[in-house]
Amino acid sequence: MARYALRRLASIALILLLVSAIVFTAIHVLPGNAATLILGEYATPEALRTLERDMGLDRPLVVQYASWIGSVVTGDWGVSLAMKQPVATIVGYRLRNSAFLAVTALIVVVAVGIPLGTVAALRRGRPLDLAIVTATYVGISIPEFVTGLALLLVLAGPSVGLFPTSGYVELTSGVTAWARHLVLPATTLTIVLLAHVVRQTRSGVADVLAAPYIRTARLKGASPRRIVLRHALRNALLPTITVLALDLGYLMGGIVVVEEVFAYPGMGRLIIYAVQNRDVPLLQMCALVVASVYVLANLAADLAYAWLDPRIRYS
Amino acid sequence: MTSLSPALGVGGAILALVLAITVAAPWIAPYPTTEQHMLDRLQPPGARFLLGTDQYGRDLLSRTLFGARPALGLGLGAVALGLALGVPLGLTAGYVGGRFDDLIMRVVDAMLAFPSLLLALLIITALGASTGHALLAIGVANGPGVARIVRSATLALREAEFVLAARVRGERHLYVMFGEIFPNVMAPVIVEATLRVGFAILAGASLSFLGLGVQPPAADWGLMIREARQYVFLSPWPLLAPGTALALTIVAFNLFGDGLRDRLGAT
Repeated sequence: MARYALRRLASIALILLLVSAIVFTAIHVLPGNAATLILGEYATPEALRTLERDMGLDRPLVVQYASWIGSVVTGDWGVSLAMKQPVATIVGYRLRNSAFLAVTALIVVVAVGIPLGTVAALRRGRPLDLAIVTATYVGISIPEFVTGLALLLVLAGPSVGLFPTSGYVELTSGVTAWARHLVLPATTLTIVLLAHVVRQTRSGVADVLAAPYIRTARLKGASPRRIVLRHALRNALLPTITVLALDLGYLMGGIVVVEEVFAYPGMGRLIIYAVQNRDVPLLQMCALVVASVYVLANLAADLAYAWLDPRIRYS
Repeated sequence: MTSLSPALGVGGAILALVLAITVAAPWIAPYPTTEQHMLDRLQPPGARFLLGTDQYGRDLLSRTLFGARPALGLGLGAVALGLALGVPLGLTAGYVGGRFDDLIMRVVDAMLAFPSLLLALLIITALGASTGHALLAIGVANGPGVARIVRSATLALREAEFVLAARVRGERHLYVMFGEIFPNVMAPVIVEATLRVGFAILAGASLSFLGLGVQPPAADWGLMIREARQYVFLSPWPLLAPGTALALTIVAFNLFGDGLRDRLGAT
C-alpha cells in the first residue's frame, strides 16, 4: 500500500507542475500583459516599460515562471489588482465558503443517490426504476443555471419566500440563517450530480446481485435485507467512489455557475470576478487552487479504492 | 435490421426538429428577434405572442427559435475544433508510443485536471468575451478528452494484422495512421463527439449566461436566461422558453449519443 501511495504521489507532483505551467502559459503567452492591464490602454510606452521592468515582465518567460512557482510554494501569492488585498487571504476565505457548499452537496448526493440507485437495481425494469432513471437523466441534462433559477422561482418567490434568493451569512450570525442560504445552491448542485451516482450504483448492484456468491447467500437462507446491505452493497459501491471523484470535477465547473446564480461568495464567483476584471494574479492562483483540489481529490479516491480493493495495488 | 432503440428514436426525432428549426428560423419566426414592443413587455403567452414577451417586449417564440442557431453552431463548431486537435494528437501518441506517448499523455492528463469550464474561462480572459472566442475556448478545452479516447482506441489496433501488413508493404506512417487506423477508430469517435456536442452546447450557454459568450442583443438561449434572471418573479416565461429549448436540445444529444453507443457497441 505504501509503495502504491508513493508511486501515485510522484505522478501527482508531476501533474501539478504541468498544471501550473498550463495556467502560466494560458495567461502570459497571450496578448496583453499585466502592465498593460494595470495602466490601461492609453499608457505611454515609457510608463509601460518602467512598470514592466519593476514587475519583472521583461525577463524571459521561463525565468518568470520559475520565480512565480518559487513564490507560490513559499506562500507569497501576490496581491489582487482589482481588490488590492493579498490573494492568499481572499482565496482562503472563498475556498472555505465553496467547501461548505461542495461538501453539503456531496453528502446529500451520497445519502440520496446510493439508496435510489439500489432501489432502482432491485426493481429493475419496473415503473419505479424507469421513473428514477428518467428523473436523474433529466436532472443532469438541464443546465445548472436553469435548475437554480427554477428552484428560486418556486421556493424563494415573494409569495412563498421559504429561502433567501441569494447571498451568504457568516456562521457566527446563526446556524439557521447560514444553512438557509446554503439550501438552494446545494440542492441545485445535487440535482445535477445525482445522475452519475444513481446510474453507477444501479448497475453496480445489478451486476453483483447476479454473482454466484449472492445465490449462495440466498440459498443459505439469508434475508433479502441482509443480502443487499451486507453482501451486495459492499462490493457494488467500489466504482461509485471513482464516480464521486469525477463528480468533483463537474462540481468545480458547476460551482462557478451556481454561485453566480445565487450570488454566493465562493471560489466560483471569485473566478468570474477575476475574469471580468482581468485580475491576472488572482485568476492564476484561483485556477491553480481549483485544479489542485481536483487532482488531490482524485488521488484520495484512488487511494481509498486501493485500500478497499487490494487487487488494485498490485496491478 | 434491428428496430430503433427508444433513446436513438426520441433523441434523433428531437435533433431533427432542432436542426429543422435552425434552418427554417427566418421563415417560421413571427417577428424579427430584436423588434421591441414597448407596450407589451413581459407578457404571458397569448394570441399575439405565442410564448409571451421579454423585458423589452421582444417576442420570445421568435428569439427562442433563432436561439437554436448560436447553440448548434457553437456546439458543432467547438466539437469539430476539439476533433481537429484531439484526433491527430491521439492517433500519433497511440501509433508512435514510447516516450512521445508518455509525454503527450502527461500533458493531456494535466489539461484534464482542469474543469473544462475553467480552461475555457482562462482562454477567454486572455482573448476577451465574444461568440468566436467562446467557440475557440470550448473547442480547445475538448481537445485533450478526444485525444485520450482516440489514443486508447489506436493503441488497441497498433499491432493488428492489417496495420502490420500496411507497414510491411512500405506505406508511409501518415497513411497508416489516417488511411488504415483512423477508419477503424471512427465508431468510438462518433459516439464521443455526439455526447460532447451536448456538453459543448451546455458550456457555451453557461459562458453566455455568465456574460462571457454571445453578446446582446443577439438571440441566444444562455444570454436570454441571463437577461430573464432579473425579472424572473415578474414573469417566468423569459426563463422557461429558452430554458426548455436548451434542456431539450441537450437531452436529445445525450439520448442520441447513448443510443449510438449501445448500437455501435453491440455490433
